[in-house]
Amino acid sequence: MNQLVVAFPFWHWLVEPLQYEFLIRAIWVSAFVGLVCAVLSCYITLKGWSLMGDAISHAVVPGVVLAYALNIPFAIGAFTFGFGATVAIGYVKSKTRLKEDAVIGIVFTGFFALGLVLVTKIPSNVDLFHILFGNVLGISQQDIIQTLIAGSITLIVILLRRKDLLLFCFDPNHAKAIGLRTQVMYYTLLSVLALTIVAALQTAGIILVISMLVTPGSIGYLLSDRFDHMLWYSVVSSVLSCVLGTYLSYHFDVSTGGMIVVILTTLFVIAMIGAPKYGILAQEWRKRSGPNPEDDENQTVVVDQV
Amino acid sequence: MAATLSRLDISVDGVSVTYNNARLALYNATCTVEPGTITALVGPNGSGKSTLFKSIMGFLQPSQGRVRIGGFSVQKAQKQQLMAYVPQADEVDWNFPVSVFDVVMMGRYGYMNVLRIPSAKDRRLVMESLERVGMVKYRDRQIGELSGGQKKRAFLARALAQEGKVILLDEPFTGVDVKTEKGMIDLLMELRDEGHTILISTHDLASISTFCDHTILLNRTILAQGKTEETFTKENLELTFGGLPMLSLNQMFESTEVDA
Repeated sequence: MNQLVVAFPFWHWLVEPLQYEFLIRAIWVSAFVGLVCAVLSCYITLKGWSLMGDAISHAVVPGVVLAYALNIPFAIGAFTFGFGATVAIGYVKSKTRLKEDAVIGIVFTGFFALGLVLVTKIPSNVDLFHILFGNVLGISQQDIIQTLIAGSITLIVILLRRKDLLLFCFDPNHAKAIGLRTQVMYYTLLSVLALTIVAALQTAGIILVISMLVTPGSIGYLLSDRFDHMLWYSVVSSVLSCVLGTYLSYHFDVSTGGMIVVILTTLFVIAMIGAPKYGILAQEWRKRSGPNPEDDENQTVVVDQV
Repeated sequence: MAATLSRLDISVDGVSVTYNNARLALYNATCTVEPGTITALVGPNGSGKSTLFKSIMGFLQPSQGRVRIGGFSVQKAQKQQLMAYVPQADEVDWNFPVSVFDVVMMGRYGYMNVLRIPSAKDRRLVMESLERVGMVKYRDRQIGELSGGQKKRAFLARALAQEGKVILLDEPFTGVDVKTEKGMIDLLMELRDEGHTILISTHDLASISTFCDHTILLNRTILAQGKTEETFTKENLELTFGGLPMLSLNQMFESTEVDA
């Protein structure tokens, strides 16, 4: 009896926000964005394109501002500038002797700065704060549609080209040697990366979207050394963080994007410490217990991941 | 079986490669890899071996000259799955979450439809290739969990699964124990007898004369080429490895003579 009384207010606290339609909607949208980001995240982390993701996310700002000013869908402006930045990066890199990280740094800050100048000059109802940090609780019907379209295209492209893209990440030389067009794959991966960022813009904002593009894949990478499993761990951790983060951000009245990334990062820390094979604890344990006696032949397998 | 395989040559005609930093990596290289032979590509570090390999494989575009594979352009040869490549160990990300089986299956992608769904034939050829290099029992291992020799065998299996008639191996014997090296050499000789054309870049001067029919000596440009016993002269080696201390060169030279 007593227990029920104690339990009831908690239950009430738990379900009370779920009667608000805007919150349910926000949870669905962020779960979808979490799914899209998680899938792409596996490819981006394996390819080593985290910095490229960061660059694209910053470079979309002028596109968003111009799109609002011209009254066209924000997704089109954002994609154009995000993808344009990657083309600019590729061009500058091939025409100069600069290293890639320098080129990326120059191009994306240039785009971002242009965005800042535009947003303060062009009269529009763009809230810079919302671009930077996302605003999924206040997302409009139109923005949801754009998010769904951008995300769905990404998922379909990856579903159809997943093996080629994985081969491209793993061994582009072999891809070329068997006659696949690596240039096409390069731009395919860049386009879906830009599309994913467009989809995640409203949820996480451009500052935090990089976390959603890097952390889930990294969690999967630490937990498994099979791509399929990695993908699942990535999706579960990402969707869970998005749903829980959106829900809790309402409760505690805190930034939604911030809450999502805090949870995601917490999951990462747990994986980093406790992963069965590549976790810090497991590595410590292996070091102490010496070489693995199960290993057939004497060619000892060293799994000293750095 | 050998009769069904038409033998293909590799012809390199006046190839020069200049990198972005204006360094000339390869100058006017002209050589031929005879069809159905094992040919060694020999030269010191920085002599342009990798550059020549990459030009032949089409990974980089020479600033001058052209490469032909059995009369086809490189691109056409690749589309027809004529060329297989076994990369150097340090070109591979060994932490990548793929198994040995996955890697060998990648050799079959060029034959599959757009979705790359393996057919029964693809699976059978993958298993046969794994069997041939003795890697069947390691097929489910993640590639980083293999020894140096097993890693090489896994990628050799991928080349077999691809059924390329021309196989290029970049430094295949580094980090490989003597027993595995012997096994790989036997396999390469079998492949040659079946009609494959094999090009190997190597530092391992001692073993070349035991199994390479032809040798190409390279240092920025082609210095000598032809049958191994004719090419592998003291003068040619001194010309190629000019910068090396003479003592070590003599030792190498003597040991190869004993082998021959």
